[in-house]
Amino acid sequence: MEDIIKIEHLYKSYGAVKAVQDLSFRVKKGELFAFLGLNGAGKSTTISIMCGQLKKDGGRVEINGKNLDEYPTEIKRELGVVFQNSVLDKPISVYENLKTRAALYGIYGQAFENRMQELTDTFELSDILNRPIGKLSGGQKRRVDVARALLHKPSILILDEPTTGLDPQTRKTVWGIIEHLRKTENMTVFLTTHYMEEAVDADYVVILDAGKIAAEGTPLELKNQFTGDYLYLYTEEEKVKKLGKPYEKMGEGFRINLKDTAEATDLVVKYPDVFVDYEIIKGKMDDVFLNATGKNLGGDNA
Amino acid sequence: MKTQNNHDLRACGTLVKRNVSMYFKDKGTFFTSLITPIILLVLYATFLYNVYEDTFSAQLPEGLVDDSLIQGLVGGVLLSSLLAVSTVTVPFCANLFMVQDKVTGARGDLSIAPVKPSSLAFGYYIATVINGLIISFVALAMGLVYLSFIGWYLSFTDVLLLISDVVLLVLFGTALSSLICYPLRSQGAMSAVGTIVSSGYGFICGAYMPISSFGKALQNTLIFLPGTHGTSLIRNHALNGVFEEMLAENVPQQAVDGLRAAADCRLSFFGNTVEQWVMYLVLAGSILLMLSAFVIIMVLAERKNRK
Repeated sequence: MEDIIKIEHLYKSYGAVKAVQDLSFRVKKGELFAFLGLNGAGKSTTISIMCGQLKKDGGRVEINGKNLDEYPTEIKRELGVVFQNSVLDKPISVYENLKTRAALYGIYGQAFENRMQELTDTFELSDILNRPIGKLSGGQKRRVDVARALLHKPSILILDEPTTGLDPQTRKTVWGIIEHLRKTENMTVFLTTHYMEEAVDADYVVILDAGKIAAEGTPLELKNQFTGDYLYLYTEEEKVKKLGKPYEKMGEGFRINLKDTAEATDLVVKYPDVFVDYEIIKGKMDDVFLNATGKNLGGDNA
Repeated sequence: MKTQNNHDLRACGTLVKRNVSMYFKDKGTFFTSLITPIILLVLYATFLYNVYEDTFSAQLPEGLVDDSLIQGLVGGVLLSSLLAVSTVTVPFCANLFMVQDKVTGARGDLSIAPVKPSSLAFGYYIATVINGLIISFVALAMGLVYLSFIGWYLSFTDVLLLISDVVLLVLFGTALSSLICYPLRSQGAMSAVGTIVSSGYGFICGAYMPISSFGKALQNTLIFLPGTHGTSLIRNHALNGVFEEMLAENVPQQAVDGLRAAADCRLSFFGNTVEQWVMYLVLAGSILLMLSAFVIIMVLAERKNRK
């Protein structure tokens, strides 16, 4: 697969604060790319630079084969952005909002009506088209936000913390939309989030810390590199003791931390009578983040 | 190149339509922008009308002019005051949308689209001009209807000149507010500016009380403000017919001149009378200067951020 985003040696400072330092990464076409980090890690700065809203201090940004320095306007047509909060105009209707935004991309008249029909069908907007944005529920707003980002058929959809502050039902709606776009449009999705578990389904993950890459890889690679496995045994305590490993009581069973899956396999082979009711679970992305950055999700040092 | 220019023009038109629509649909901003004209109407309804009537009557020889002429004079002052404040405060409040867009994040959404910064700038400016013109022309129409009931002395030319004054002052108010509103970034700053302008402009432009009634030092300061010249132009054109009629009815020239000065039709720049063409020049020059500065500042700031 070809690279659709290439960021090389990107630098950006705000006075003495180094927001992004020597950042380099690539995103493949059609990939779900997750950009993880706490607030202030440099995620939004990188996106703002990619969208041409912020000047970079150094480095190179290439999107769909176009250099940002040479083709800033063309690159804007390649990107669709869903912001953390809905930024559409609250007093006016969904239809008017989308019509205004479409016109900024040169989509007018019948071309707009055709695209509007496609988006209305995809995101089930027909019942809310004439309602003001300010009167919509959180989930409805998010559907309209994504529709707005896709008006001009961009090749990359940037989702800047799209589920922050949303209730579980609305988060599910957002993830349903992302899945739909990936399956039907083979769209490249660039996701930033500080909900680590949202990155589990990503094709590739970059963890950013203080403007630098702390870790990168597929979720499996990261879990293998930065976390161990958890072995859960649902049996008598006497049997658990036979394994000779430190354990802790967890609800109706016992949890043992293991280095990796191979260690779990060795134990299964060695003590088959203990392994009647059990599960082996890989570490969570939260653990990956904690071990990669030394910070927990509350932002404190571990 | 031609296609890009065409796109920029249409994008600007789209932004104008959006900004005008937002102003009339956001009831909070719409009513806030009408506060100053409403305050003025309340002041006239409660006591200013009587104060002006008594003041003007006292300056005229008793029994020389009929009540209709005095009412026409006071009505002309009311109309000119109403136009002087609404042409500036309405654009000011309407232009606060520029700040609100930054606060809500809508500005970021507009600027990720392939639209030139200058199209964004003109989108705000033209929409504010349109909003200001709509409200001010409604005020003008209502004022003219009012004058037709209490005493109509305007010629067709006076009405045309009043319309041109409204256009000029709205352009001025918009350019001034664009420059002041552009650096604002928070809801608090926006409210502060809106409140200060809404409550203060009526005084400094002479709408609540004539500038001629202020102390000399304040008069000499206010003469440097282009808005003062705009108010005086409106006063001249709203009251010209009344003064002509007074002269026709043999009211002494000296008394009429006194009334002109009292109503701010005559401005004095350190002892020298300011001619009307100079007032036009001051107003037009300040519009051009401020508009150019606004566009340049906005384009430079956007480029600095983007490149």
